[in-house]
Amino acid sequence: MNETNKLPANSTANHNEVITGSFAVKVGLAQMLKGGVIMDVVTAEQARIAEEAGACAVMALERVPADIRKDGGVARMSDPRMIKEIIEAVTIPVMAKARIGHFVESQILQALGVDYIDESEVLTPADEEHHINKHKFTVPFVCGARDLGEALRRISEGAAMIRTKGEAGTGDIVEAVRHARTVNGAIRQLRSMDEDELFAFAKALRAPYPLVKLTAEMGRLPVVNFAAGGVATPADAALMMQLGVDGVFVGSGIFKSGNPEKRARAIVMAVTHYSDAQILAEISEDLGEPMVGINVDTLHEAEKMAARGW
Amino acid sequence: MLRQLGAQTVQVRKPEQLAGLDGLIIPGGESTTMGLVAERWGLVEPLRTWVHAGKPTWGTCAGMILLAARATGQKAGGQPLIGGLDVTVNRNYFGRQSDSFETLLSVPALGEPRIRAVFIRAPAIVEVGAAVEILATVPGRGEEVIAAVRQDAILATAFHPELTDDLRWHAYFLDLWHRR
Repeated sequence: MNETNKLPANSTANHNEVITGSFAVKVGLAQMLKGGVIMDVVTAEQARIAEEAGACAVMALERVPADIRKDGGVARMSDPRMIKEIIEAVTIPVMAKARIGHFVESQILQALGVDYIDESEVLTPADEEHHINKHKFTVPFVCGARDLGEALRRISEGAAMIRTKGEAGTGDIVEAVRHARTVNGAIRQLRSMDEDELFAFAKALRAPYPLVKLTAEMGRLPVVNFAAGGVATPADAALMMQLGVDGVFVGSGIFKSGNPEKRARAIVMAVTHYSDAQILAEISEDLGEPMVGINVDTLHEAEKMAARGW
Repeated sequence: MLRQLGAQTVQVRKPEQLAGLDGLIIPGGESTTMGLVAERWGLVEPLRTWVHAGKPTWGTCAGMILLAARATGQKAGGQPLIGGLDVTVNRNYFGRQSDSFETLLSVPALGEPRIRAVFIRAPAIVEVGAAVEILATVPGRGEEVIAAVRQDAILATAFHPELTDDLRWHAYFLDLWHRR
């Protein structure tokens, strides 16, 4: 891959040379999260519950997407104190969200020591044209994407991990399914193309040719790809895994449900055993009320978070 | 990567999948999460039996933590360990993601050239028992700390050979099986 700062194996660098923030190091953490569940938490206490349930990381934020939807107004980066409390409370990686294009929020999050930044459409965008230049940071970034072109544009800006956008805060999985199928469908198309066709396809995708070629060669996105936006049940999580994602983000789905602890554990198990229907049946039993949810069809275009980002 | 060296591989999620295997790799991930999931699926005891039977086992990063007899810096309430490797591991010795790094390691057992190693929120071995062979060290916080060890058929690396394309660690592990 296009690893920046990559050390050649036969380099004459001395033993003490240590490189932080290289693309290999950024992508490496995402690789370690594969097969795992990342949960939205708004307090240190929720973070402990998530860790105990088996989350591989937590996303620290002030309000879960369902509440952002309900409250309206401008949604911003969370209070650093809350993020620090969550970092203190758990041993697993802590992620936090910055607004699209808001590189200063990202600088602050990096200074706080978060392990990953989500440049997220769930918050109100700060720049309607430019995403953050993520190469400038040592902390890795995850970004949302609805299709292959969007995913590769984010990777070219330095994203080390991709997730579907889905439609956050709805509990409706339909958009996440659409985005995962759209990305995978385009990759299947790519694999059958010759080089001449790849150039034209890259243009149509509005994505850099080298990344399009790399994706065709690898037969998958060049970085880890998670599902996000609308996952509410173990079956939703397993559905996304069977559609080929590497892991799952769960936002409002856990702590907006009747029994967060039990549901969180069940979703973790569903991601581990996503193709075993017998186990899925057992763990889906008696989980209490799921989050109420909003049918995506009833949302106005302007209310859809997935349309943010370019 | 092991397949490139002629080995067959399977993913182990349940205890019954351990039957018939010659060697086991416990890869990187979050050791807290892996310990919890292994415990929930009743994998911890079968893994202990496996390791104590002297079967070839390789733990990288989180896998190394799980194989350690002793670990510091665990989550509140501790985490389940498999044990078997007579070392003390300091669980995020190298700090958070912003401190994650790559470097070149001198590993006499693997020969020249030095081998690229990627450390992600990595642990370090801070103490070893007499039966443990030290394979590689790396500069830590003002001291040299241990990054790779072998004890009989157990191999443990604080970094991730699964993230680089050098096959020498994998070949070394397969050799442990041939020599057992």
